[in-house]
Amino acid sequence: MPIVEAIIISVIAASTPLLLAAAGELVVERSGVLNLGVEGMMIMGAACGFAGAYLSGSTFVGALCGIAAGMALSFVFAVLTLGLAVNQVAAGLALTILGVGLSGLIGAGFVGQKITPAPHLYIPGLSDIPVVGKMLFAQDGFVYFSVVLVIGIWWFLYRTRGGLILRAVGDSHTSAHALGYPVLKIRLMAVLFGGGCAGLAGAFLPLAYTPFFIPGMTAGRGWIALALVVFSSWLPGRLVAGAYLFGAVSILQLHAQALGLGIPSQLMTSLPYLATVIVLVLISRGRGSTGSVAPASLGVVFVPDR
Amino acid sequence: MPLVLEKRAERSAFIAIASPVLAIALTLVTMSILLLALGKNPLMALYVYFVEPLTDPYSLMEIAVKASPLVMIAIGLSLCYLANVWNIGAEGQFIMGAVTGSYLAVVTNGSDVGHWLVIVMLIMGAIGGALWALIPAICRVRFGANEILTSLMLVYVADLIMDYLVRGPWRDPKGLNFPTTASFDPSATVPVILDGGRLHAGVIVTLAVVAVAAVMLGRTIKGFEIRVVGAAPRAARFAGFKSDRLVIFTFLISGALSGLAGIIEVAGPVGVLQPGISPGYGFTAIIVAFLGRLNPIGILIAGLFLALTFIGGEGAQISMKIPLDLTKVFQGVLLFYVLACDSLILYRIRLIGAQSKTA
Repeated sequence: MPIVEAIIISVIAASTPLLLAAAGELVVERSGVLNLGVEGMMIMGAACGFAGAYLSGSTFVGALCGIAAGMALSFVFAVLTLGLAVNQVAAGLALTILGVGLSGLIGAGFVGQKITPAPHLYIPGLSDIPVVGKMLFAQDGFVYFSVVLVIGIWWFLYRTRGGLILRAVGDSHTSAHALGYPVLKIRLMAVLFGGGCAGLAGAFLPLAYTPFFIPGMTAGRGWIALALVVFSSWLPGRLVAGAYLFGAVSILQLHAQALGLGIPSQLMTSLPYLATVIVLVLISRGRGSTGSVAPASLGVVFVPDR
Repeated sequence: MPLVLEKRAERSAFIAIASPVLAIALTLVTMSILLLALGKNPLMALYVYFVEPLTDPYSLMEIAVKASPLVMIAIGLSLCYLANVWNIGAEGQFIMGAVTGSYLAVVTNGSDVGHWLVIVMLIMGAIGGALWALIPAICRVRFGANEILTSLMLVYVADLIMDYLVRGPWRDPKGLNFPTTASFDPSATVPVILDGGRLHAGVIVTLAVVAVAAVMLGRTIKGFEIRVVGAAPRAARFAGFKSDRLVIFTFLISGALSGLAGIIEVAGPVGVLQPGISPGYGFTAIIVAFLGRLNPIGILIAGLFLALTFIGGEGAQISMKIPLDLTKVFQGVLLFYVLACDSLILYRIRLIGAQSKTA
């Protein structure tokens, strides 16, 4: 039983950064913008988050620094793609290259330092429930926040007027523009929100997952988060399922290694990446090149004519 | 918003030429500010980065050696991007080319089989890279899966396959447990063409690739087809061009070129198969492709320029203790400025007054 409990706790920890980053990107893509720079924003969030937490001694300040770093990078992306109508794919790639380099510069002074990991918050009453209580209600703040975040996004997208407008912008920016909605302003907000989420997801890694910073510690999680958004067919509910599925795969491969099944460790490590490819193939099958469920204006440059 | 983009009636020819220059100038200004923030003398650092490597013959040869894989990969990528196919997994295709090409070198190690071996290795490397690129191509054409994500995921898988091979079956038994194959025999090595450096015959192959690509893009129906499918998919459909077939074609070519670059790198300057054979060539080549305006000659120049930043970055690390990550920042910033300046070719920026705020 303790092993199962440990596995579930570590699955939740492994899934949380994926969920945070993917939730932000989901909103971005729903507004019709494809930001491929999630990996870059995450690693910047990790570096700045750790720096903030180390210098201030507070996890909370660290998390805020991570969010700010992600938003700052996403703002650069927004200026290029929204302001200057640059190709979103290329700009997203540039963002990742830049983020990896900058995070290395910023983080260099902090490699080898240690901080106290984010405290686990026990929810009175709930965390005392036998078996489940310890697993689900004794997590750190990031985990609770990720759940609240996704519920909030669902509520915003489907239960508010703002969410309706955002989806309209993503599905047909020309119509939304004709109706008088400020397409670029709405997209700017969405991109900044996504940047903040990616930064927070990155900050989670050195603040709660491992209490130290190493360059490149996001290890492709940003790309997996992007794949998750497609996997979820842009639906928040499925996003949670997908994030936890991927988290579980990445944790189970560690345990399979520990059991010594004689499977090369590299094969196990490659499972999440292979799973992403297979899942992409399965969900895209028979839907044409972009998939009929994708926001119709996704990745299309919009220049308003007056 | 006080600034708006306004579509130009036609592409601005002047800005098309001026934009890369402007982008580089803006990058240099940004980098100077960053260097000041790091407490380094920017003028001296920029000298070490961009001028010093040009002053001695050894560094000049090193620039050519570094530029060779970048240019070769970027040529393939430019075909993809022109056709609106987003292969960003060149790094994985590079690694798989290195792996499949190395197979022969590993199994024939110690038995002198003659110089035809390296030729066969190069062909196998190209095939390996092409097959690896075929996976995302088929996923896109057959199942509609987004090639950006699939090609990228396969980079990690390729890296792990190589890691497995050099730690497991292909490890040099005399290698003190280091994850590396045995050094390649001379017959499995791309020959050096100039004494006193590492300048190898692969550089000539790269130049040939540039020439062929220039002719193909500018002078053949295939090149025209690639550009039409990318720029005007609807017109291409009316012209009877099959976009699916073009996806496969561009992926195959770009995979083959990446794989060829991979095996040349391993059988040339590196000499063994080991983790870390690529300092991110496959990703840097994306910048090279855009900086070179997706044009073969432009890519050649851009590749040499980025190779210069690699060599200069190493020099700056040694002589001025400037972190190597700065090179990556430099490349990212450069790509941003290139993209931003490129948008001025199609649009002009106009300031609008307060009276037309209802934009």
